[in-house]
Amino acid sequence: MLLILVGLHAVLGLFVLCNARRLGRAGFLVGGLAPAIAAVAVASVAGGVLDGDIVTSTASWVPQLGLAIDLHLDAFSVLMVVLVSGIGALVFVYAWHYFGSAPAAGRAAGLLTLFSGSMLGLVLADNLLLLFVFWELTSITSYLLIGINDADAEARAAALHALLVTGLGGLAMLGGFVVLGQEAGTLRLSDILESPPRTTATAVALVLILMGAFTKSAQYPFHSWLPGAMVAPTPISAYLHSAAMVKAGIYLVARLAPAFADVGVWRPLVVSVGLTTMIAGGLRALRPFDLKQLLAFGTISQLGFLMVLFGIGQPEATAAGCALLLAHGLFKAALFMVVGIVDHEAHTRDLRELPLFGAGWTATKVVAITSAASMAAIPPLAGFVAKEEAYTSLVDGTTGDRIVLAGIVAGSVLTVAYSLRFIAALTKPNLIEATTDRPAIDHGPAIGFVLPGLVLVAASVALGVAPALWSTLVDNASRSLDPTSGTYLALWHGFSTPLLLSMCTLGMGLVLFGARQRVSVLQARLAPTVTGVQVYEATVRAVVSGAAKITGIVQSGSLPIYAAIILGTAAVAPTAAMLSGTWWPGWPTLVGRAGHIPIAILLVAGATAATIATRRFTAALLLGLVGYGMALLFVVQGAPDLALTQFAVETLSIVVFLLVLRRLPDRFERPRQPVVGQVARVAVSASVGVFVVLLAIAAAGSRSAAPVSRAMSERALSEGYGKNIVNVILVDIRGMDTLGEITVLVAAGIGITALARAGTRPRSLSASRPDTSAPHEVEP
Amino acid sequence: MTTPRSLILDTTVRLVFDGALVLSVYLLFAGHNQPGGGFVGGLVAAGAIALCYIAGGLQAIRRLIRIRPWTFLSLGLGVAVTSALAPVLSGDGPLDHAVVQRRLPLLGELKFTTAAVFDTGVYLIVVGLVLMIFEGLGEDSDRPEHSAGVEDGEETP
Repeated sequence: MLLILVGLHAVLGLFVLCNARRLGRAGFLVGGLAPAIAAVAVASVAGGVLDGDIVTSTASWVPQLGLAIDLHLDAFSVLMVVLVSGIGALVFVYAWHYFGSAPAAGRAAGLLTLFSGSMLGLVLADNLLLLFVFWELTSITSYLLIGINDADAEARAAALHALLVTGLGGLAMLGGFVVLGQEAGTLRLSDILESPPRTTATAVALVLILMGAFTKSAQYPFHSWLPGAMVAPTPISAYLHSAAMVKAGIYLVARLAPAFADVGVWRPLVVSVGLTTMIAGGLRALRPFDLKQLLAFGTISQLGFLMVLFGIGQPEATAAGCALLLAHGLFKAALFMVVGIVDHEAHTRDLRELPLFGAGWTATKVVAITSAASMAAIPPLAGFVAKEEAYTSLVDGTTGDRIVLAGIVAGSVLTVAYSLRFIAALTKPNLIEATTDRPAIDHGPAIGFVLPGLVLVAASVALGVAPALWSTLVDNASRSLDPTSGTYLALWHGFSTPLLLSMCTLGMGLVLFGARQRVSVLQARLAPTVTGVQVYEATVRAVVSGAAKITGIVQSGSLPIYAAIILGTAAVAPTAAMLSGTWWPGWPTLVGRAGHIPIAILLVAGATAATIATRRFTAALLLGLVGYGMALLFVVQGAPDLALTQFAVETLSIVVFLLVLRRLPDRFERPRQPVVGQVARVAVSASVGVFVVLLAIAAAGSRSAAPVSRAMSERALSEGYGKNIVNVILVDIRGMDTLGEITVLVAAGIGITALARAGTRPRSLSASRPDTSAPHEVEP
Repeated sequence: MTTPRSLILDTTVRLVFDGALVLSVYLLFAGHNQPGGGFVGGLVAAGAIALCYIAGGLQAIRRLIRIRPWTFLSLGLGVAVTSALAPVLSGDGPLDHAVVQRRLPLLGELKFTTAAVFDTGVYLIVVGLVLMIFEGLGEDSDRPEHSAGVEDGEETP
């Protein structure tokens, strides 16, 4: 079933992509079927899965690499599918309204469907390599989706930024996966988690894997691609950059943490990175005037929060993480949808220019305020229930846990402040930036446009008021990560420290928002002078200029220098090894038969004359002479096959030489050269000559194993049905090699034509093709 | 060709060309048991084509061989790959050649191995590649429109 679901995304996605123009925005309805069906299908088996059943689906792929398509649906995957396919389906409906008749609509729909399928595969994959494949597929579709407006240079740059950062992290992660697979002896994720290796190599592998998770989930210091990715159309931001893709890193950490949190530097690394991200992201979210940037930094902050909860590897915190994962998906996707609506209707997201929203905007405001309140963890909303869980999980722990708790409270205070900032922007924008000439718009968006947001908000409220609705899901999801985990969600825990902390958080957040003028002055003064984007750009520039410098040194563009390096290396290194070692078999018999002497004279004379010839044509003919001399040698040695081939090849070579030479000057250019250069050339040529002779002698006299040719000659008649061993080897014993070689010949033929025609104007097919081109017999 | 054609060369080529092609085909089929094979056979045929080029330029080749080089290449690769993969259909490994031995009236004992089919593919590719080289680098390859006109005018081979 799982394979079919993932495959359905691929089929529908490609179908929509191929018919992008014809379908237009209807592509969202076609493509949206895939996540909708996936959500329904998973919901239909969810009852059993939550009771502990595991749905699997397996297909063999590359068994030699241990690569199998193992899909695996447990309770935590169900939770992820709710985010990926459930919220995904709503985003498709929203996007249908958002894109309208925009030309990119069809393409966006197809890519979004493909992304949805990749993400579904990622959360179902039970094989590390398969997980990596889906991971990269989400990176690639994200790249294409961020840059969907490909005429916009900023969009292209942001897409590339996201791809480079997540792609590099993905590579590090692949290295980590390979090492982890080696240490565990299997690539199956569920097997690895059952008996996790704890070696030093594992610790290194985990750091590499975390690099992938950090880059994907926009953790500091790799966060800067996410705000840039906000140039994408808002449905894409809502789906990829809040609900689904950025959760991939969190997903991976959640899967691995229960088994590996104690290994190496995992816990300190994840917790410190997560806390830094949560607080720094929260601080940054207080500054931007662009509502989407505000949400982007808010998302980074929340991702840091999730990273801490899952990464710490504590049963209670894991359960809290599961709750927050879902709550965050619900409110953040809704908030992005609101920003998209505002942008679409008011044509600005800048809160200094936002209009005053009138009567038609009530539904939108309800979505915005409720979702932001859930983000700020105001009761009785899903966000509050989740944050209570988080506080509860850490409050009774060790000193370390309490320090982490303090960090989380600080981050949450910032969350409250930027949530209020968002609410204020939509309801009373003059609170933040007093402007007198704000226009007012009464005409609100179509109700269908707001509907997906309303559904999400209804879910946020329902889950907040009646935690029993999702208690089983969260409980089982956390149990499937860590059997010792589990929780019972409740709105009211009684008067306890967590409740007190929640109230303090809200109060301090209000204070921080109240003092926003002073805070912003302070922030402006303390803000770091270097932003993440600048660091990224400087890094890319340094890599490019470094590469240019290295290329400049390595690729001098001088043919003599290339030839000297290649030939010199080939000659000097093996010769030195040969002379210093014990390979030397002694001089062989130099003259075997009388016929060798005239042939040798012919060869030496031809070769020497070729080097001093002044005309290219003469040199080519002399080279041909050397070739014919070789053929004669084969005849004398009793190898008629070789001789025949050599004669034919040599003849053709001369003709081809002539074809090429007519495009070159008649005589060799012999510019005046410094003596040093000439001496160097002679030295290189001489050493190559000496090397080839020595190698030939050493190779001929160094045989230690029986030659394979004997076995071949025995098998030629019985298995190859032929008496000509050379031919049997070519067409039978080593037939695969021949097949490869003739394929190369065909490629060479195409290459020759392409080279020869380069620069000439294209000719029409009808002019070049004769009318009797039917493939009849070769012979005339 | 810009230079005037030599009558002696022309006649020699006419005499030798067909013979060389027959020889090349002989080498192709004899190759399994005697010196020869698809590669050498192809090279001999290519030598005949080269002679033809020297005598009459690209025009002469085009007049004599109406099949285009890329047809040779694709046909050859197709034949080779098909014969390599055919044994897979009957459950053998690729390139597992079979042998057919029959006693035929008049011809006597005839032995044919499917390896010869593979070798024919090699032969065709070598011929195609050489034709391709002449098409690409030949004397008047840069004036294809003119040559096409000549081809249309002179239908007789």
